[in-house]
Amino acid sequence: MKLTGAQMVLACLELENVDVVFGFPGGAVLTLYDEIYKRGLRHILTCHEQGAAHAADGYARVTNKPGVVIATSGPGATNLVTGIATAYMDSVPLIAITGQVAKPFIGTDAFQEADITGITLPVTKHNYLVKDICELPWILKEAFYIANTGRKGPVLIDLPKDIQAQEGEFDYPDRLKISTYRPTYEGHPGQIIKACDAIRKAKKPLLYTGGGVISSGAHEKLLEFSRKARIPVTTTLMGLGGVPCDYELFLGMPGMHGTYAANNAINEAELLIAVGVRFDDRVTGKLDTFAPNARVIHIDIDPAEIGKNVLADIPIVGDVKLVLTEMLKRIQPGDTEMWCAKVLGWKKAHPIRYRQESNNCLKPQYVIEALHRLTGGEAIVTTDVGQHQMWAAHYYRMKNPRNFITSGGLGTMGFGFPAAIGAQVAFPEKKVICIAGDGSFQMNSQELATAVKYKLPVKVAIINNQYLGMVRQWQKLFYGGRYSQTSLAGSPDFVRLAEAYGAAGFRARNVGEVETVIDAALNTPGPVVIDFQVDPEEDVLPMVAPNTSIVEMIGGEER
Amino acid sequence: MKRILAILVEDRPGVLTRVSGLFSRRGYNIQNIAVGPTTEPGISRMTVTVEADPNTVEQIVKQLNKLVNVLKVSDLTDENSVERELMLIKVKAEPGRRSEIQQMAATFRAKIVDISPDSMIIEVTGEERKLQAFLLMMQEFGIKEIVSTGSVSLLRGSKVTRDLRA
Ligand SMILES: Cc1ncc(C[n+]2csc(CCOP(=O)(O)OP(=O)(O)O)c2C)c(N)n1
Ligand SMILES: [Mg+2]
Repeated sequence: MKLTGAQMVLACLELENVDVVFGFPGGAVLTLYDEIYKRGLRHILTCHEQGAAHAADGYARVTNKPGVVIATSGPGATNLVTGIATAYMDSVPLIAITGQVAKPFIGTDAFQEADITGITLPVTKHNYLVKDICELPWILKEAFYIANTGRKGPVLIDLPKDIQAQEGEFDYPDRLKISTYRPTYEGHPGQIIKACDAIRKAKKPLLYTGGGVISSGAHEKLLEFSRKARIPVTTTLMGLGGVPCDYELFLGMPGMHGTYAANNAINEAELLIAVGVRFDDRVTGKLDTFAPNARVIHIDIDPAEIGKNVLADIPIVGDVKLVLTEMLKRIQPGDTEMWCAKVLGWKKAHPIRYRQESNNCLKPQYVIEALHRLTGGEAIVTTDVGQHQMWAAHYYRMKNPRNFITSGGLGTMGFGFPAAIGAQVAFPEKKVICIAGDGSFQMNSQELATAVKYKLPVKVAIINNQYLGMVRQWQKLFYGGRYSQTSLAGSPDFVRLAEAYGAAGFRARNVGEVETVIDAALNTPGPVVIDFQVDPEEDVLPMVAPNTSIVEMIGGEER
Repeated sequence: MKRILAILVEDRPGVLTRVSGLFSRRGYNIQNIAVGPTTEPGISRMTVTVEADPNTVEQIVKQLNKLVNVLKVSDLTDENSVERELMLIKVKAEPGRRSEIQQMAATFRAKIVDISPDSMIIEVTGEERKLQAFLLMMQEFGIKEIVSTGSVSLLRGSKVTRDLRA
């Protein structure tokens, strides 16, 4: 079948079951957009390409399907970069299609030319500059395949303008075998036996689990595993929802803002079963003090993660769900009751907590607890980056996987709101709440226009502390209280900002107003912004100072 | 510790950038790199010499393997392999000192490939250590310029660093 390059892209999207794309047009993608018009493909037009990239990312995280984002050459493409890097760090399948100047102009500094494959080399799983129409069908196929298999990640296709118009044979391969790319899914049987033996013998084992559990859909297996072997669980920020927060043996998050129970359990564990995690520095603190007593079983689909930061005694390369399924056939309940009693004692004595002392000084944690209560813990929650992100992680006690959407690896301020838009596009009927920072929200608040235009009922809860709070907290603790450039005085009136876009706006200044306002927001159709004016000086505790041991905690005292 | 990696790659635009970019981005140090064809069309071979401890080398190999255009990575250091590097040295050579240089070159089995009134170009091949030793000897005459290929390496015997496409 003869198709033009643009038609090939559309045909591919159809074959890959893509029913919506996010993007922003321009000169180098006119032909492609013409085809989108003709075919009536659902397209969400954002106000900024970064918004489109995060929206596609949010869509992918909640659906487990690749998100697709389209931008024009030059500035359109470079505006995607933060979004692509965000997806890369969190292993999110994303397909970015960028226009490029026509082939004869490449390399001449033509109008709106940018070497986007060069620029995105370190932040994509793979990328392509299409130089010949004959290559396009397999490049499209390969892009989807690579993005969505193995350790998932973003793939970019740079498509010169002339190739979009050129005709070629469209022969879409239905299967692919790439000799240079073969992810390992099945764990090595010998290693699995070794791991199960170690688990059976362990008196103090601990499951330390992460985003890999979510992306492989292993949450049920994980819970079964923990129950059967009686092993407590700590999940990273990316792994929240991997087990329900109310699960008896769940210890909360480890690391810099981890719980006392999780950090002490890591410190005392004899066997650390690391599942779909990468021993990030925000989790480990000072590396050579991390889990000093533990042998390590490390299960991950990416062989390069194993031994990268922490050496594994029993490495298992494979898909987390498949490996846990195999292990479940073998594991026996070990002798862990003393250990469980000990860590559950810590959990009880050292809960994450705060004090809502007076009606007038509203605590951010109270707001998030109220959001949790009034949504029955069932909402999809996206966050920005900062203090509110940590409070969201602690107090919006997640029940389900793929419901806590946050930029964990890159820590991208401004991620939350466009990601919420993507999530709402994927699930129009679900409650989607963006827990935003007053600083972060202003990085992509222009997308209010998008939410209003497409009638996406995203509720944005701004935790307005009038500061770049997380940075302010570091300045307070480690820089002598010198608040250099962290005041957000001069921010807009968020209620009126929302109204200017045609969205609804509410405000809560004290405890008494919180529930009323949340109720009202949840019952208002369409997008809503709620400005929660909270205590500006509240800190996220407990906290571990950077590059110290995770049991040297500030806060987190016994109650 | 010095390591020699043989990397078989698909011969695609940008593949050298992907490989070298990976080294610089992850803070690994390339001492030298040589790229050339293999017997198989479409497949090139890179020989990269790095200075790194064993754990780092393991990481490098794993990260390289993740690049979609990389077919195979082999560490040729521990293997029984032949390593060679070629160097051209332009050295000052006043007529009175030429025979001295010629003798030295002969000892190292180096060849004189160009002579001008006051300089010579000498071609020398071997392992890095030999080239360093020769350079040292040439220093007393005055080295004007050097250029070298970087190491290349092959397994001894009939074993080959095979491409995985079977
Ligand atoms: C794009 C970007 N720029 C800078 C930072 C550094 N940073 C981390 S948290 C933070 C403060 C965020 O402020 P806000 O959104 O108001 O959240 P809060 O901490 O006050 O809850 C900053 C500036 C970042 N993470 N991302
Ligand atoms: Mg703030």
